[in-house]
Amino acid sequence: MFRFLSGFGSYWILLGRVFARPEKHSIYYRQTMKELVNLGLRSIGIVTIISFFMGAVITLQTAYNTENPIYPTYLIGLGARDSILLEFSSTIVALILAGKVGSNIASEIGTMRVTEQIDALELMGVNSASYIILPKVVATVVFNPFLTLISMITGITGGWVVGTAAGVITSQNYIYGIQYAFIPYYITYALIKTVVFAFIISTVSAYQGYYVEGGSLEVGRASTKAVVYSSVTLLLFNVILTQLLLS
Amino acid sequence: MIRAENISKSFAGRRVLTDISAIFEPGKTNLIIGKSGSGKTVFLKCLVGLLDVDEGEIYYDDVAFTRLDFRGKKELRQQMGMLFQGSALFDSMSVEENVRFPLDMFTSMSYQEKLDRVNFCLDRVNIVDSNRLFPSELSGGMKKRVAIARAIVLKPKFLFCDEPNSGLDPKTSIVIDELIREITVELNMTTIINTHDMNSVMENGEKIIFIEDGEKCWEGNKNEILKSDCSKLNDFVFANSLARQLKDSSV
Repeated sequence: MFRFLSGFGSYWILLGRVFARPEKHSIYYRQTMKELVNLGLRSIGIVTIISFFMGAVITLQTAYNTENPIYPTYLIGLGARDSILLEFSSTIVALILAGKVGSNIASEIGTMRVTEQIDALELMGVNSASYIILPKVVATVVFNPFLTLISMITGITGGWVVGTAAGVITSQNYIYGIQYAFIPYYITYALIKTVVFAFIISTVSAYQGYYVEGGSLEVGRASTKAVVYSSVTLLLFNVILTQLLLS
Repeated sequence: MIRAENISKSFAGRRVLTDISAIFEPGKTNLIIGKSGSGKTVFLKCLVGLLDVDEGEIYYDDVAFTRLDFRGKKELRQQMGMLFQGSALFDSMSVEENVRFPLDMFTSMSYQEKLDRVNFCLDRVNIVDSNRLFPSELSGGMKKRVAIARAIVLKPKFLFCDEPNSGLDPKTSIVIDELIREITVELNMTTIINTHDMNSVMENGEKIIFIEDGEKCWEGNKNEILKSDCSKLNDFVFANSLARQLKDSSV
Protein backbone atom coordinates (compact mmCIF):
# COMPACT_ATOMS: atom_id res chain seq x y z
CA MET A 1 0.00 0.00 0.00
CA PHE A 2 2.84 2.37 0.93
CA ARG A 3 4.57 1.57 -2.37
CA PHE A 4 1.37 2.27 -4.28
CA LEU A 5 0.84 5.63 -2.54
CA SER A 6 4.49 6.55 -2.96
CA GLY A 7 4.33 5.67 -6.67
CA PHE A 8 1.07 7.58 -7.07
CA GLY A 9 2.65 10.64 -5.46
CA SER A 10 5.76 10.38 -7.64
CA TYR A 11 3.55 10.13 -10.72
CA TRP A 12 1.83 13.44 -9.89
CA ILE A 13 5.12 15.13 -9.02
CA LEU A 14 6.47 14.00 -12.38
CA LEU A 15 3.38 15.38 -14.12
CA GLY A 16 4.00 18.70 -12.37
CA ARG A 17 7.47 18.80 -13.90
CA VAL A 18 6.21 17.64 -17.31
CA PHE A 19 3.74 20.54 -17.54
CA ALA A 20 6.17 23.20 -16.34
CA ARG A 21 6.79 26.06 -18.76
CA PRO A 22 9.00 24.83 -21.64
CA GLU A 23 12.50 26.33 -21.89
CA LYS A 24 12.29 27.02 -25.60
CA HIS A 25 9.04 26.60 -27.48
CA SER A 26 10.66 26.10 -30.88
CA ILE A 27 12.60 23.05 -29.65
CA TYR A 28 9.51 21.57 -28.02
CA TYR A 29 7.55 22.13 -31.21
CA ARG A 30 10.23 20.30 -33.22
CA GLN A 31 10.25 17.44 -30.71
CA THR A 32 6.45 17.22 -30.84
CA MET A 33 6.55 16.94 -34.64
CA LYS A 34 9.07 14.10 -34.34
CA GLU A 35 6.87 12.32 -31.83
CA LEU A 36 3.79 12.80 -34.02
CA VAL A 37 5.61 10.83 -36.70
CA ASN A 38 7.11 8.28 -34.32
CA LEU A 39 4.11 7.60 -32.10
CA GLY A 40 1.26 8.67 -34.37
CA LEU A 41 1.92 8.20 -38.07
CA ARG A 42 3.82 4.97 -37.49
CA SER A 43 0.80 3.51 -35.71
CA ILE A 44 -1.57 3.98 -38.64
CA GLY A 45 -0.56 0.67 -40.23
CA ILE A 46 -1.27 -1.55 -37.24
CA VAL A 47 -4.48 0.33 -36.37
CA THR A 48 -5.75 -0.03 -39.93
CA ILE A 49 -5.00 -3.75 -40.18
CA ILE A 50 -6.42 -4.60 -36.77
CA SER A 51 -9.52 -2.46 -37.25
CA PHE A 52 -10.27 -3.95 -40.67
CA PHE A 53 -10.24 -7.51 -39.35
CA MET A 54 -11.96 -6.51 -36.12
CA GLY A 55 -14.83 -5.00 -38.14
CA ALA A 56 -14.96 -8.10 -40.31
CA VAL A 57 -15.19 -10.47 -37.33
CA ILE A 58 -17.78 -8.32 -35.53
CA THR A 59 -19.96 -8.37 -38.66
CA LEU A 60 -19.64 -12.12 -39.12
CA GLN A 61 -20.30 -12.86 -35.45
CA THR A 62 -23.31 -10.54 -35.37
CA ALA A 63 -24.63 -12.22 -38.49
CA TYR A 64 -24.18 -15.77 -37.21
CA ASN A 65 -25.74 -14.92 -33.86
CA THR A 66 -28.79 -13.23 -35.31
CA GLU A 67 -29.82 -15.86 -37.85
CA ASN A 68 -33.49 -15.37 -37.19
CA PRO A 69 -36.11 -14.34 -39.74
CA ILE A 70 -37.60 -11.95 -37.15
CA TYR A 71 -34.48 -9.76 -37.21
CA PRO A 72 -34.01 -7.64 -40.31
CA THR A 73 -30.50 -8.18 -41.74
CA TYR A 74 -29.64 -4.48 -41.66
CA LEU A 75 -29.32 -4.93 -37.88
CA ILE A 76 -26.02 -6.66 -38.61
CA GLY A 77 -24.66 -3.37 -39.97
CA LEU A 78 -26.17 -1.45 -37.07
CA GLY A 79 -24.68 -3.86 -34.51
CA ALA A 80 -21.28 -3.75 -36.14
CA ARG A 81 -21.35 0.07 -36.31
CA ASP A 82 -22.31 0.56 -32.67
CA SER A 83 -19.81 -2.02 -31.41
CA ILE A 84 -17.03 -0.37 -33.39
CA LEU A 85 -17.97 3.21 -32.46
CA LEU A 86 -18.70 2.63 -28.80
CA GLU A 87 -16.01 0.22 -27.77
CA PHE A 88 -13.70 -1.32 -30.29
CA SER A 89 -12.23 1.74 -32.01
CA SER A 90 -11.60 3.55 -28.76
CA THR A 91 -10.88 0.95 -26.07
CA ILE A 92 -9.50 -2.00 -28.03
CA VAL A 93 -7.35 0.22 -30.24
CA ALA A 94 -6.17 2.04 -27.11
CA LEU A 95 -5.17 -1.31 -25.57
CA ILE A 96 -3.23 -2.16 -28.71
CA LEU A 97 -1.56 1.26 -28.60
CA ALA A 98 -0.75 0.73 -24.92
CA GLY A 99 1.30 -2.23 -26.12
CA LYS A 100 2.94 -0.53 -29.06
CA VAL A 101 3.29 3.10 -28.00
CA GLY A 102 3.50 2.44 -24.24
CA SER A 103 6.38 0.00 -24.48
CA ASN A 104 8.10 2.29 -26.99
CA ILE A 105 7.87 5.27 -24.62
CA ALA A 106 8.96 3.33 -21.51
CA SER A 107 11.91 1.63 -23.18
CA GLU A 108 13.11 4.81 -24.89
CA ILE A 109 12.99 6.89 -21.71
CA GLY A 110 14.31 4.00 -19.61
CA THR A 111 17.30 3.62 -21.91
CA MET A 112 17.93 7.36 -21.69
CA ARG A 113 17.89 7.01 -17.90
CA VAL A 114 20.33 4.10 -17.64
CA THR A 115 22.71 5.60 -20.21
CA GLU A 116 22.78 8.88 -18.23
CA GLN A 117 21.22 10.92 -21.06
CA ILE A 118 18.59 12.20 -18.62
CA ASP A 119 21.34 13.18 -16.16
CA ALA A 120 23.09 14.97 -19.02
CA LEU A 121 19.94 16.99 -19.75
CA GLU A 122 19.47 17.84 -16.06
CA LEU A 123 23.08 18.91 -15.79
CA MET A 124 22.71 21.25 -18.74
CA GLY A 125 19.85 22.90 -16.86
CA VAL A 126 17.12 21.38 -19.03
CA ASN A 127 13.89 20.18 -17.39
CA SER A 128 14.36 16.61 -18.62
CA ALA A 129 10.85 15.49 -17.66
CA SER A 130 9.26 18.22 -19.71
CA TYR A 131 11.69 17.99 -22.64
CA ILE A 132 11.31 14.23 -23.02
CA ILE A 133 7.75 13.53 -21.92
CA LEU A 134 5.66 16.57 -22.87
CA PRO A 135 6.10 16.14 -26.67
CA LYS A 136 5.07 12.49 -26.34
CA VAL A 137 1.96 13.37 -24.34
CA VAL A 138 0.97 16.12 -26.78
CA ALA A 139 1.63 13.89 -29.80
CA THR A 140 -0.50 11.00 -28.49
CA VAL A 141 -3.32 13.21 -27.21
CA VAL A 142 -3.47 15.07 -30.54
CA PHE A 143 -2.99 12.12 -32.87
CA ASN A 144 -4.84 9.24 -31.19
CA PRO A 145 -8.29 10.71 -31.98
CA PHE A 146 -7.32 10.55 -35.66
CA LEU A 147 -6.28 6.93 -35.16
CA THR A 148 -9.67 6.26 -33.61
CA LEU A 149 -11.43 7.87 -36.58
CA ILE A 150 -9.28 5.80 -38.96
CA SER A 151 -10.15 2.72 -36.93
CA MET A 152 -13.88 3.50 -37.14
CA ILE A 153 -13.76 3.94 -40.90
CA THR A 154 -11.63 0.87 -41.62
CA GLY A 155 -13.57 -1.25 -39.09
CA ILE A 156 -16.89 -0.46 -40.72
CA THR A 157 -15.32 -0.95 -44.15
CA GLY A 158 -13.90 -4.31 -43.06
CA GLY A 159 -17.36 -5.39 -41.95
CA TRP A 160 -18.85 -4.36 -45.27
CA VAL A 161 -16.16 -6.05 -47.40
CA VAL A 162 -16.12 -9.34 -45.52
CA GLY A 163 -19.86 -9.37 -44.71
CA THR A 164 -20.84 -8.99 -48.35
CA ALA A 165 -18.07 -11.32 -49.57
CA ALA A 166 -19.21 -14.02 -47.14
CA GLY A 167 -22.78 -13.49 -48.24
CA VAL A 168 -24.14 -12.85 -44.73
CA ILE A 169 -25.53 -9.44 -45.70
CA THR A 170 -26.12 -7.48 -48.86
CA SER A 171 -24.23 -4.29 -49.48
CA GLN A 172 -27.47 -2.32 -49.52
CA ASN A 173 -28.63 -3.69 -46.16
CA TYR A 174 -25.24 -3.15 -44.55
CA ILE A 175 -25.09 0.48 -45.67
CA TYR A 176 -28.68 1.01 -44.55
CA GLY A 177 -27.82 -0.58 -41.18
CA ILE A 178 -24.80 1.60 -40.50
CA GLN A 179 -26.94 4.69 -41.19
CA TYR A 180 -29.97 3.53 -39.25
CA ALA A 181 -30.68 5.31 -35.91
CA PHE A 182 -27.23 6.83 -35.97
CA ILE A 183 -26.35 8.85 -32.86
CA PRO A 184 -23.48 11.27 -33.64
CA TYR A 185 -22.74 11.63 -29.92
CA TYR A 186 -21.26 8.13 -29.99
CA ILE A 187 -18.34 9.50 -31.98
CA THR A 188 -17.87 12.34 -29.49
CA TYR A 189 -17.99 9.80 -26.68
CA ALA A 190 -15.36 7.62 -28.37
CA LEU A 191 -13.09 10.59 -29.03
CA ILE A 192 -13.33 11.84 -25.43
CA LYS A 193 -12.36 8.36 -24.24
CA THR A 194 -9.49 8.26 -26.74
CA VAL A 195 -8.04 11.54 -25.47
CA VAL A 196 -8.15 10.30 -21.85
CA PHE A 197 -6.68 6.93 -22.84
CA ALA A 198 -3.90 8.62 -24.81
CA PHE A 199 -2.99 10.70 -21.77
CA ILE A 200 -2.98 7.58 -19.57
CA ILE A 201 -0.86 5.54 -21.98
CA SER A 202 1.76 8.25 -22.50
CA THR A 203 2.08 9.44 -18.89
CA VAL A 204 1.96 6.03 -17.16
CA SER A 205 4.50 4.60 -19.62
CA ALA A 206 6.72 7.66 -19.33
CA TYR A 207 6.60 7.40 -15.54
CA GLN A 208 7.71 3.77 -15.69
CA GLY A 209 10.60 4.64 -17.98
CA TYR A 210 11.67 7.82 -16.20
CA TYR A 211 12.24 6.17 -12.84
CA VAL A 212 14.10 3.08 -14.07
CA GLU A 213 17.11 2.14 -11.97
CA GLY A 214 19.67 -0.40 -13.09
CA GLY A 215 20.39 -1.69 -16.58
CA SER A 216 18.84 -3.22 -19.66
CA LEU A 217 17.00 -5.87 -17.64
CA GLU A 218 15.20 -3.18 -15.65
CA VAL A 219 14.38 -1.29 -18.86
CA GLY A 220 12.67 -4.45 -20.15
CA ARG A 221 10.75 -4.81 -16.90
CA ALA A 222 9.70 -1.15 -17.01
CA SER A 223 8.47 -1.65 -20.54
CA THR A 224 6.32 -4.60 -19.46
CA LYS A 225 5.04 -2.68 -16.42
CA ALA A 226 4.17 0.25 -18.66
CA VAL A 227 1.93 -1.92 -20.82
CA VAL A 228 0.29 -3.69 -17.86
CA TYR A 229 -0.30 -0.59 -15.71
CA SER A 230 -1.49 1.61 -18.54
CA SER A 231 -3.85 -1.15 -19.78
CA VAL A 232 -5.37 -1.70 -16.33
CA THR A 233 -5.71 2.06 -15.68
CA LEU A 234 -7.23 2.48 -19.11
CA LEU A 235 -9.85 -0.23 -18.47
CA LEU A 236 -10.71 1.33 -15.11
CA PHE A 237 -11.23 4.71 -16.74
CA ASN A 238 -13.25 3.05 -19.50
CA VAL A 239 -15.84 2.03 -16.91
CA ILE A 240 -15.81 5.45 -15.24
CA LEU A 241 -16.09 7.38 -18.52
CA THR A 242 -18.82 5.11 -19.87
CA GLN A 243 -20.87 5.69 -16.75
CA LEU A 244 -20.22 9.45 -16.85
CA LEU A 245 -20.77 9.98 -20.54
CA LEU A 246 -23.58 7.54 -21.41
CA SER A 247 -25.70 7.46 -18.27
CA MET B 1 36.40 27.68 -7.61
CA ILE B 2 34.24 24.99 -6.05
CA ARG B 3 34.21 24.47 -2.31
CA ALA B 4 32.62 21.44 -0.66
CA GLU B 5 32.15 21.61 3.09
CA ASN B 6 31.40 18.61 5.27
CA ILE B 7 29.44 16.67 2.67
CA SER B 8 27.60 13.59 3.91
CA LYS B 9 25.22 11.37 1.97
CA SER B 10 23.33 8.20 2.82
CA PHE B 11 21.14 5.83 0.83
CA ALA B 12 18.45 3.94 2.75
CA GLY B 13 20.34 4.33 6.02
CA ARG B 14 23.68 3.28 4.50
CA ARG B 15 26.24 6.07 4.73
CA VAL B 16 28.10 6.53 1.43
CA LEU B 17 29.88 9.84 2.07
CA THR B 18 31.06 11.06 5.45
CA ASP B 19 32.05 14.64 6.17
CA ILE B 20 34.04 15.33 2.99
CA SER B 21 35.49 18.81 2.54
CA ALA B 22 37.56 19.94 -0.42
CA ILE B 23 38.46 22.98 -2.49
CA PHE B 24 38.74 22.67 -6.28
CA GLU B 25 40.70 25.44 -7.92
CA PRO B 26 40.16 27.07 -11.33
CA GLY B 27 42.59 26.47 -14.18
CA LYS B 28 43.59 23.16 -12.64
CA THR B 29 42.63 19.56 -13.17
CA ASN B 30 41.37 18.39 -9.80
CA LEU B 31 41.18 14.64 -9.40
CA ILE B 32 38.99 12.55 -7.16
CA ILE B 33 40.47 9.09 -6.91
CA GLY B 34 39.45 5.94 -5.10
CA LYS B 35 38.65 2.33 -5.77
CA SER B 36 35.31 1.25 -7.26
CA GLY B 37 32.49 1.71 -4.77
CA SER B 38 34.42 4.18 -2.63
CA GLY B 39 31.82 6.91 -3.17
CA LYS B 40 33.59 9.14 -5.68
CA THR B 41 30.76 9.07 -8.26
CA VAL B 42 28.23 9.88 -5.52
CA PHE B 43 30.46 12.77 -4.43
CA LEU B 44 30.67 14.06 -8.00
CA LYS B 45 26.89 13.76 -8.43
CA CYS B 46 26.43 15.68 -5.16
CA LEU B 47 28.76 18.40 -6.43
CA VAL B 48 26.73 18.89 -9.62
CA GLY B 49 23.41 18.56 -7.81
CA LEU B 50 22.23 15.34 -9.46
CA LEU B 51 22.00 14.04 -5.89
CA ASP B 52 20.98 16.13 -2.90
CA VAL B 53 23.41 16.12 0.01
CA ASP B 54 22.16 15.09 3.46
CA GLU B 55 24.56 17.42 5.25
CA GLY B 56 27.09 20.03 4.21
CA GLU B 57 27.33 22.88 1.72
CA ILE B 58 28.67 23.27 -1.80
CA TYR B 59 29.80 26.68 -3.03
CA TYR B 60 30.42 27.71 -6.62
CA ASP B 61 32.46 30.94 -6.48
CA ASP B 62 30.87 31.69 -3.10
CA VAL B 63 27.33 30.96 -4.33
CA ALA B 64 25.78 28.36 -2.01
CA PHE B 65 24.64 25.85 -4.62
CA THR B 66 22.95 23.57 -2.09
CA ARG B 67 20.70 26.42 -0.96
CA LEU B 68 19.60 27.51 -4.43
CA ASP B 69 16.07 26.78 -5.58
CA PHE B 70 15.30 24.85 -8.77
CA ARG B 71 15.53 27.98 -10.94
CA GLY B 72 18.80 29.10 -9.35
CA LYS B 73 20.38 25.69 -9.82
CA LYS B 74 19.15 25.63 -13.40
CA GLU B 75 20.88 28.93 -14.15
CA LEU B 76 24.12 27.87 -12.49
CA ARG B 77 24.09 24.58 -14.37
CA GLN B 78 24.40 26.47 -17.62
CA GLN B 79 27.94 27.25 -16.47
CA MET B 80 28.68 23.55 -16.01
CA GLY B 81 29.74 20.91 -18.49
CA MET B 82 29.98 17.24 -17.77
CA LEU B 83 31.60 14.30 -19.44
CA PHE B 84 29.75 11.18 -18.35
CA GLN B 85 31.29 7.75 -17.97
CA GLY B 86 29.32 6.37 -20.93
CA SER B 87 29.49 9.71 -22.80
CA ALA B 88 25.68 10.11 -22.55
CA LEU B 89 25.32 11.36 -26.10
CA PHE B 90 21.72 11.59 -27.30
CA ASP B 91 21.16 8.50 -29.47
CA SER B 92 18.54 10.14 -31.66
CA MET B 93 20.78 13.08 -32.59
CA SER B 94 23.76 13.32 -34.91
CA VAL B 95 27.17 14.46 -33.67
CA GLU B 96 26.44 18.01 -34.82
CA GLU B 97 22.99 18.05 -33.19
CA ASN B 98 24.42 16.70 -29.94
CA VAL B 99 27.00 19.46 -29.71
CA ARG B 100 24.54 22.10 -30.91
CA PHE B 101 21.88 21.09 -28.40
CA PRO B 102 22.98 23.38 -25.50
CA LEU B 103 23.27 26.28 -27.98
CA ASP B 104 19.77 25.59 -29.32
CA MET B 105 18.42 25.42 -25.79
CA PHE B 106 20.09 28.38 -24.14
CA THR B 107 21.25 30.88 -26.74
CA SER B 108 19.65 33.05 -29.36
CA MET B 109 22.53 32.64 -31.81
CA SER B 110 21.76 32.31 -35.52
CA TYR B 111 22.05 28.91 -37.13
CA GLN B 112 25.33 29.87 -38.81
CA GLU B 113 26.81 31.16 -35.55
CA LYS B 114 25.84 27.94 -33.82
CA LEU B 115 27.28 25.87 -36.63
CA ASP B 116 30.56 27.79 -36.46
CA ARG B 117 30.77 27.24 -32.71
CA VAL B 118 29.94 23.53 -33.08
CA ASN B 119 32.59 23.09 -35.77
CA PHE B 120 35.12 24.99 -33.66
CA CYS B 121 34.49 22.70 -30.68
CA LEU B 122 34.54 19.54 -32.78
CA ASP B 123 37.73 20.71 -34.43
CA ARG B 124 39.20 21.40 -30.99
CA VAL B 125 38.61 17.79 -29.94
CA ASN B 126 39.92 16.54 -33.31
CA ILE B 127 36.61 15.32 -34.68
CA VAL B 128 36.46 16.14 -38.38
CA ASP B 129 33.96 15.23 -41.13
CA SER B 130 31.73 13.43 -38.64
CA ASN B 131 28.96 15.97 -38.16
CA ARG B 132 26.32 13.74 -39.72
CA LEU B 133 27.28 10.55 -37.90
CA PHE B 134 25.18 9.19 -35.05
CA PRO B 135 26.60 8.05 -31.68
CA SER B 136 26.10 4.38 -32.62
CA GLU B 137 28.54 4.91 -35.51
CA LEU B 138 31.34 6.28 -33.32
CA SER B 139 34.15 4.52 -31.47
CA GLY B 140 34.47 4.85 -27.67
CA GLY B 141 37.21 7.48 -27.95
CA MET B 142 35.25 9.50 -30.51
CA LYS B 143 32.17 9.43 -28.30
CA LYS B 144 34.21 10.81 -25.40
CA ARG B 145 35.62 13.57 -27.59
CA VAL B 146 32.17 14.51 -28.91
CA ALA B 147 30.93 14.54 -25.31
CA ILE B 148 33.80 16.88 -24.39
CA ALA B 149 32.87 19.13 -27.33
CA ARG B 150 29.25 19.21 -26.09
CA ALA B 151 30.42 19.92 -22.55
CA ILE B 152 32.51 22.94 -23.58
CA VAL B 153 30.28 24.39 -26.28
CA LEU B 154 28.75 26.95 -23.88
CA LYS B 155 32.23 27.84 -22.53
CA PRO B 156 31.51 26.57 -19.03
CA LYS B 157 33.32 27.68 -15.90
CA PHE B 158 33.13 24.23 -14.37
CA LEU B 159 33.88 20.92 -16.06
CA PHE B 160 33.16 17.54 -14.48
CA CYS B 161 34.47 14.29 -15.89
CA ASP B 162 33.26 10.96 -14.55
CA GLU B 163 35.86 8.32 -15.38
CA PRO B 164 36.78 9.80 -18.75
CA ASN B 165 39.08 6.89 -19.60
CA SER B 166 36.80 3.99 -18.81
CA GLY B 167 36.66 1.55 -21.69
CA LEU B 168 39.47 3.24 -23.61
CA ASP B 169 42.87 1.88 -24.58
CA PRO B 170 45.92 3.48 -22.86
CA LYS B 171 46.89 5.57 -25.89
CA THR B 172 43.39 7.00 -26.40
CA SER B 173 43.20 7.58 -22.64
CA ILE B 174 46.29 9.77 -22.81
CA VAL B 175 44.79 11.73 -25.72
CA ILE B 176 41.63 12.35 -23.69
CA ASP B 177 43.68 13.32 -20.60
CA GLU B 178 45.76 15.78 -22.59
CA LEU B 179 42.66 17.22 -24.20
CA ILE B 180 40.98 17.81 -20.85
CA ARG B 181 44.11 19.39 -19.42
CA GLU B 182 44.59 21.71 -22.41
CA ILE B 183 40.94 22.78 -22.44
CA THR B 184 41.02 23.42 -18.69
CA VAL B 185 43.90 25.85 -19.11
CA GLU B 186 42.47 27.45 -22.26
CA LEU B 187 39.08 28.19 -20.71
CA ASN B 188 40.43 28.63 -17.16
CA MET B 189 37.82 26.16 -15.95
CA THR B 190 37.57 24.43 -12.62
CA THR B 191 37.83 20.84 -13.76
CA ILE B 192 37.06 17.89 -11.55
CA ILE B 193 37.92 14.43 -12.81
CA ASN B 194 36.69 11.30 -11.17
CA THR B 195 39.04 8.44 -11.95
CA HIS B 196 40.82 5.34 -10.83
CA ASP B 197 43.15 5.33 -13.80
CA MET B 198 46.69 5.80 -12.51
CA ASN B 199 47.96 7.11 -15.85
CA SER B 200 45.47 9.96 -15.49
CA VAL B 201 46.60 10.56 -11.94
CA MET B 202 50.22 10.88 -13.00
CA GLU B 203 49.40 12.98 -16.08
CA ASN B 204 46.69 15.27 -14.72
CA GLY B 205 46.98 15.21 -10.94
CA GLU B 206 47.52 18.87 -10.14
CA LYS B 207 45.31 18.38 -7.14
CA ILE B 208 44.22 14.96 -5.93
CA ILE B 209 41.69 13.88 -3.35
CA PHE B 210 41.66 10.24 -2.32
CA ILE B 211 38.37 8.80 -1.07
CA GLU B 212 38.13 5.45 0.71
CA ASP B 213 34.86 4.05 2.07
CA GLY B 214 33.17 7.43 1.68
CA GLU B 215 35.77 9.38 3.62
CA LYS B 216 38.51 11.69 2.40
CA CYS B 217 41.77 9.98 3.37
CA TRP B 218 44.37 12.07 1.59
CA GLU B 219 44.85 15.28 -0.38
CA GLY B 220 47.87 16.38 -2.40
CA ASN B 221 49.27 16.38 -5.94
CA LYS B 222 50.93 13.90 -8.29
CA ASN B 223 54.41 14.61 -6.90
CA GLU B 224 53.35 14.19 -3.30
CA ILE B 225 51.54 10.93 -4.03
CA LEU B 226 54.87 9.13 -4.49
CA LYS B 227 56.04 10.15 -1.03
CA SER B 228 52.79 9.68 0.84
CA ASP B 229 52.78 7.51 3.93
CA CYS B 230 48.98 7.04 3.87
CA SER B 231 48.72 3.26 3.84
CA LYS B 232 45.26 3.18 2.25
CA LEU B 233 46.43 5.46 -0.56
CA ASN B 234 49.58 3.39 -1.08
CA ASP B 235 47.53 0.20 -1.24
CA PHE B 236 45.37 1.78 -3.93
CA VAL B 237 48.02 3.60 -5.98
CA PHE B 238 50.79 1.04 -5.75
CA ALA B 239 48.59 -2.01 -6.15
CA ASN B 240 50.92 -3.83 -8.57
CA SER B 241 54.56 -4.82 -8.09
CA LEU B 242 55.84 -2.48 -10.82
CA ALA B 243 54.23 0.50 -9.12
CA ARG B 244 55.63 -0.60 -5.74
CA GLN B 245 59.13 -0.78 -7.26
CA LEU B 246 58.64 2.73 -8.66
CA LYS B 247 57.68 4.03 -5.23
CA ASP B 248 60.61 2.27 -3.54
CA SER B 249 63.05 3.70 -6.06
CA SER B 250 61.58 7.21 -5.72
CA VAL B 251 61.83 7.01 -1.93
